[in-house]
Amino acid sequence: MTKVGVIGAGMTLFRRRLEETGKELCFEATKMALDSAGLTRGDVDMVVCGTAPDAFDGVAMKGEYLLDGSGGYRKPYTRVFTGGGTGVFSTIAGWWHVASGLADVVLVVNEEKMSSCQPHPQSVFAHIWDPILDRPLKPNLVWIFAMEMNRYMTVYGVKKEDIARVAVKNKRNAVGHPCAQLADPNITVDDVLNSEVMAWPVQRLDISPPSDGASAVVLASEDFIRKRRIKDRAWISGVGWCIDSTMWTDRDLVFPEYVARAAKHAYKMAKIDEPRRQIDFAEPYDPFDYKELHHLEGLLLADKGEAPILTREGVTERDGKMPVCPSGGLLGVGNPIAATMGMKIGELFWQLTGQAGKRQIPHEVHTGVSQAWGDLMQYGSVVVMRG
Amino acid sequence: MTFLDRTTDARKFRHWPGNVEADYIYTSGVAGERFFVALRDEGRMLASRCTACHLDYLPPRMFCEDCFAELTEYLDVPKTGRVAAITAAHIDRTGAQLSHPQVWAFVTFEGIRGGLVHRLLTPPDQARAGTAVRAKLKPRDARTGTIADIEGFEPVRSRF
Amino acid sequence: MTARISRWPGVELSAADLNERKVTQTRFRPDAKYAWSAGEAMSRFLAELQNGRLIARSCRRCERILFPPRMFCEECFRPTDEWIFIQDTGTIETFSVSYLDTDAKRIAEPILVGVVSLDGASPKMGMMHFFGEMTKDEIRIGMRVKAEWRPPRERQGSVLDIRYFRPLRKGEQ
Repeated sequence: MTKVGVIGAGMTLFRRRLEETGKELCFEATKMALDSAGLTRGDVDMVVCGTAPDAFDGVAMKGEYLLDGSGGYRKPYTRVFTGGGTGVFSTIAGWWHVASGLADVVLVVNEEKMSSCQPHPQSVFAHIWDPILDRPLKPNLVWIFAMEMNRYMTVYGVKKEDIARVAVKNKRNAVGHPCAQLADPNITVDDVLNSEVMAWPVQRLDISPPSDGASAVVLASEDFIRKRRIKDRAWISGVGWCIDSTMWTDRDLVFPEYVARAAKHAYKMAKIDEPRRQIDFAEPYDPFDYKELHHLEGLLLADKGEAPILTREGVTERDGKMPVCPSGGLLGVGNPIAATMGMKIGELFWQLTGQAGKRQIPHEVHTGVSQAWGDLMQYGSVVVMRG
Repeated sequence: MTFLDRTTDARKFRHWPGNVEADYIYTSGVAGERFFVALRDEGRMLASRCTACHLDYLPPRMFCEDCFAELTEYLDVPKTGRVAAITAAHIDRTGAQLSHPQVWAFVTFEGIRGGLVHRLLTPPDQARAGTAVRAKLKPRDARTGTIADIEGFEPVRSRF
Repeated sequence: MTARISRWPGVELSAADLNERKVTQTRFRPDAKYAWSAGEAMSRFLAELQNGRLIARSCRRCERILFPPRMFCEECFRPTDEWIFIQDTGTIETFSVSYLDTDAKRIAEPILVGVVSLDGASPKMGMMHFFGEMTKDEIRIGMRVKAEWRPPRERQGSVLDIRYFRPLRKGEQ
């Protein structure tokens, strides 16, 4: 298998509403990624586009719609979609284009324009529920996360304030992120605990709200990187992905088994047998604060029920032993579903090549893991990268 | 192997009805804003220019899909275009019969990549590909900055 | 990147920019109507709800009783074998106290909603539903509950034929 490196990354501002069309957002992120790698569109062999349900942008065949802005004109081009998991999965799809030897340079471009859907994308989210079993109850999407969070808290006896620490950490980390929608240097645990109760135990500041934005990364083969003498690169050393049962009321929501399986696959490939010792930092998917904890356990970076304790002890702070979401994550930077690739794959690249500026982890890091989560909260995608 | 139990009485099958309820607001975007503001306020149609590729795009784009340069130069589209292809619609979007068939055309302009799909304001038996046409705009105060600010295209000679 | 990139693209709009049409825009409301076919398993499930009963399917290979019922076992990847009635009592696996309705609108009187695993099905197999005859302070994970059915003539073959799950009463188990 060909060794694959990330050699460039770009992203737009993440905001509740942006004026640019989806394809214009893609263009901006893609152009930035190409520029940062010192490449032009002519160097690109193939393009992968990642984007969530068509109904958010209100454009059917969104992959087709975004192709020109993604640099796909007259090139082998594919849209991939695994719900929120797309944020990391599209890079896995890009990786296999290069690892297989089919392509030397692949662009991966992710986009979401959720502000098109009025008054709120919630009305469209309703249709991810089973039409016969769930939808007659008129469920709100937040319910499913509230139920998962409650089960997690109850089984392990986790306190809400320990979960709120995640929101505080990430919104503070995002202060150093130039694209952040939700950075707040002064936020406290009390602010989170006193925010509006939406669907208990989920409160307003436990959630990352919808955003508009796009992100892009450039992947290249080892040969190409050597020939072009590209210095800023981070190697993709492991990938994994897994989906659990579609019957969500048959799953025990307390542990993300799908993440654990995806992580084990990625770790085996990356020759990691002691993840807690061999991984230096992590970018797990954090659309809700409890999800960072849930996913750290799924990634085998904490024992079951231990992630809140590590958070309380400061282990996951940017200057802690295992920095988690140094980018600011979805909670701090924003949540344009697939485009969160900018904080997952993008941040790993920037951290591992020492380009993260104010967000740079103060100690040396060599190995990072990123993970995204999606579909009906049962899909996990994991990428391990090395500097 | 197939299902071991199978209903053969079709009356026993059930379904669950529902609607997908969503409203959308599409912003015109950076290039689209230039296009629609000029159309609404000045009655002009703009294309964007890629100097490197010697290409003008209609509708205008903010980037060249080929060389991937950002495009910032805009120019007027020639007043007269040509009908590249036509179709006559006898039913509307919902499948209902129209009282009179509507002619729809793809209109292109010399030297410009792209074009516009719009109504051709002629009876179906007079509609021809190759006809020279001009845009007929709504009055200024009825224009809102959407593609419907153009009422349709009409043959050039019919204006005299 | 922070060092090398000076311009982060994106033109932010306020809600007013959009709603008061300060930028040009096109509006659209799709009129999409669907009829989702219930298929083999769900058609029977809905018919039995109308009869005031919950039904599951068994898989002989993994010896599970699958609920909600399905015509194939996703694990063994073979057709399921038999229809089996299960009980309308169960255990609250998890719940939420929701102050949001389906459109994310705020409501004063919260909805109690959660997952009930049902007696007679394999462990953890259940359904989402509402809870009633209990307050938000009384509801807890592990609570034993029973379906409160609508009267037979009001039932339509829908999950709504159960109004909600309520705490077990004296003598019920």
